[in-house]
Amino acid sequence: MSEKMITFKIDGVEIKAKVGQTIMQAADEAGVYIPRLCYLKDLTPHGSCRVCTVKVNGRCQTACTEPAVDGAEVENKTEEIEGIRRDIVDMLFVEGNHFCMFCEKSGNCELQAEAYRLSICAPKFPYLFPARDLDGTHPDIFIDRNRCILCGRCVNASRDVDGKTVFEFVGRGSEKKVAVNADANLGDTNMAITDKAADVCPVGAIIKKRVGFAVPVGKRIYDEKPIGSDIEAKS
Amino acid sequence: MAKPKIATASLAGCFGCHMSILDIDERILKLIELVDFDKSPIDDLKKFTGRCLVGLIEGGCANEENVHNLKYFRENCDILISLGDCAISGGLPAMRNSMPLKECLDEAYLNGPTVYNPSGKIPSDKEIPLCLDRVYPCHEIVKMDYYLPGCPPSADTIWEALVALLNNKPLDLPYELIKYD
Repeated sequence: MSEKMITFKIDGVEIKAKVGQTIMQAADEAGVYIPRLCYLKDLTPHGSCRVCTVKVNGRCQTACTEPAVDGAEVENKTEEIEGIRRDIVDMLFVEGNHFCMFCEKSGNCELQAEAYRLSICAPKFPYLFPARDLDGTHPDIFIDRNRCILCGRCVNASRDVDGKTVFEFVGRGSEKKVAVNADANLGDTNMAITDKAADVCPVGAIIKKRVGFAVPVGKRIYDEKPIGSDIEAKS
Repeated sequence: MAKPKIATASLAGCFGCHMSILDIDERILKLIELVDFDKSPIDDLKKFTGRCLVGLIEGGCANEENVHNLKYFRENCDILISLGDCAISGGLPAMRNSMPLKECLDEAYLNGPTVYNPSGKIPSDKEIPLCLDRVYPCHEIVKMDYYLPGCPPSADTIWEALVALLNNKPLDLPYELIKYD
């Protein structure tokens, strides 16, 4: 089978891509890591978190939604782009209540891991400390909206993979939140612990009960190796 | 030449970060060769005896005394470091930030399920520092120069930072020493 291949450059390095692939997909296959939060392989990308922002021929685009084009010059790991990403991650930290010190996702959290990767020691924006709510009504799954970054993975996974549409966004701007179908509690829905939606949360907003500390802090995914190491190992 | 001086303070913290300073183990002997300790809970000096090179601040600002103390440190230290998550973000005490102060005090002194308080009053003695409306990270009160995250920052993180600063080197923490937990 001969698929038409195109070639473009990320930070001056030639990358081959199939026609129709996004910059993110092509980069992943080539072993070039582009930081991301809302993007998850196998889910429909929607470019909401902007962490995967790259410059394509001088214009900012989200790598997870932007198709790779023949001959394009993509900037990924430049000082300017890293600065933009640092600001985005900073904002995600200050606009929620991210108490890493007692969060059971700490060490496995992708938001935290992106911050580690960007060597962020403290956010530069003032903390907002919003009032957010919890939902512990489901026997196996817990929602803590303090930690939600509105990436939409759960909305996507529940709708497209599980076929249940348990989650939906409601509200606008700073009032926006992940709501449970028909304004009910999670315990009133048909969500099951085996659902894809229970597995995709990059932060500790959707948590499986009773398994939180099965792996101790210090021995978790991002404790020793930066996020993206697995992709970079391919190059 | 006199040795440079280090001062430390625990504001709205749990002293865990100070325990982590002690956790540098036998390296503390080396540290004592390099520096003198000024105002600090470690030597219980209440007032600065002179200009300090480094001030390590544990904890955020939850009451007026914390603010006073933090400003006192800023005036007397060349380099001020937020040590640990509470100094950086307010930490656990900042959990009260998403609700009004009155609700917290009412819960603590009047309505909590285990409260025994026959007077029915919230303590207001002038000896007790007044609570702030919310808990503030140190850098929202004064300028902080460096941040060492962690709950607590590991002894290695503290050691690396002090050694770099005392040798006039840039503070560049490796991946495994930047932790928020």
